Amino acid sequence: MVEFEPITGRYFTMQVAGEDVRVYVEEAGSGIPLVCLHTAGADSRQFRHLLCDPAVTEHYRVLAFDMPWHGKSNPPVGYQNRDYQLTTGLYRETVNAFCAAMELDNPVVMGCSMGGRIVLHLALEQPDDFRAVIALEGADRLEPYYDTDWLNRPDIHGGEIAAAFVSGQVAPQSPDEFRHETLWHYKQGGPGIFKGDLYFYWTDGHFDDRSAQIDTSRCPVYLMSGEYDSSCTPERTEATAGRIKGSKAKVMADIGHFPMSENPELFRRHFMPVLEEIRKTGG
Amino acid sequence: MYELVRGTSRWNKTEGTATVIEQLAERANADDWLVHRGRRINLKFLLGIGGTDYIVAIRDGRIASVSPRKLPTDTGAFSIRAANDVWADFWLAEPPRDRHDVFSMVAAGLATLDGELLPLMQNLQYFKDLLAAPRAAAVEA
Repeated sequence: MVEFEPITGRYFTMQVAGEDVRVYVEEAGSGIPLVCLHTAGADSRQFRHLLCDPAVTEHYRVLAFDMPWHGKSNPPVGYQNRDYQLTTGLYRETVNAFCAAMELDNPVVMGCSMGGRIVLHLALEQPDDFRAVIALEGADRLEPYYDTDWLNRPDIHGGEIAAAFVSGQVAPQSPDEFRHETLWHYKQGGPGIFKGDLYFYWTDGHFDDRSAQIDTSRCPVYLMSGEYDSSCTPERTEATAGRIKGSKAKVMADIGHFPMSENPELFRRHFMPVLEEIRKTGG
Repeated sequence: MYELVRGTSRWNKTEGTATVIEQLAERANADDWLVHRGRRINLKFLLGIGGTDYIVAIRDGRIASVSPRKLPTDTGAFSIRAANDVWADFWLAEPPRDRHDVFSMVAAGLATLDGELLPLMQNLQYFKDLLAAPRAAAVEA
């Protein structure tokens, strides 16, 4: 008898920027809604360990969806005639459309990397819509360290180079099995998608001039970053925390840029106390 | 095989990296899967360790030679350079952050890339793994 995991995957269609997009969502558990946002160039499979963790799903309804153009979600009709580029506005609208479609009441939203950046924008712009935000590897100011044009050109394999770039973002201590599973997601990304996401992550999403306006008494902010993250470094995390008064920051030793997928067991030791605090105090 | 200074987790920095360079070809060529992945690669590149440049020659994915640069005309398609102590940390079995990956070193301002980067980018994971091959020796030490 096969033993199924507790994850349920379904498709639905929602409207973003005036276009219908067919979106794939996985969920498990019941209780406080916890929306999970994947990293640039990847998909919701990064959250499979959370979705299968009874300690999480006992109190939380965990929902992880593939952004349009990613994973098993479709790009909009006509995608073949344009480049993909994620902006702050488009990303916010996408998350809001998802929460509205799912009829979520005051969810916790947690994102990693570019997801960790957008949750800070959400805390700033819509503090009363979210019970709390958790920014994994998320900062209000980042600096690019390579030209993203390398990621989408006909003489370089897009999947191979995306995975090769982010391989340095996985901590050396992370188990090989999960390191390579994390990289596999990058090898499977559509052409130009990682590059299009990085436009938000490295260019459009800066808001260190406004992050100090986040009111953590209305929307609590948690920042959790891996020691080995080369983009959202511990220093940038701490600088972001310094600007967001009342935020709570944690640097996780022996972890890189993909805590939930590269080392799920180590990550949950840091993550469970945060979930408990949010559940018991409302943030 | 290589001396680790206990307590500080650092190589013997006066001899460590030179020893690694001597064994780079042996370690990389012993990895059949790495050689297979690089089977279409034929080029030379410069590996800069502190003040010394080495010419690394790749033939069909194998390191054919690693030799100190002698003449200004000895060159390669691209170069990767970092300080001696940065490479010493890079080759630790469990390297510290910012020194655990070539592009993490670049991001932290600890390594520089020059030259024609296209063949590097076309085979990025291969070159990352090639340079990290001596770590296996550190584990065995």
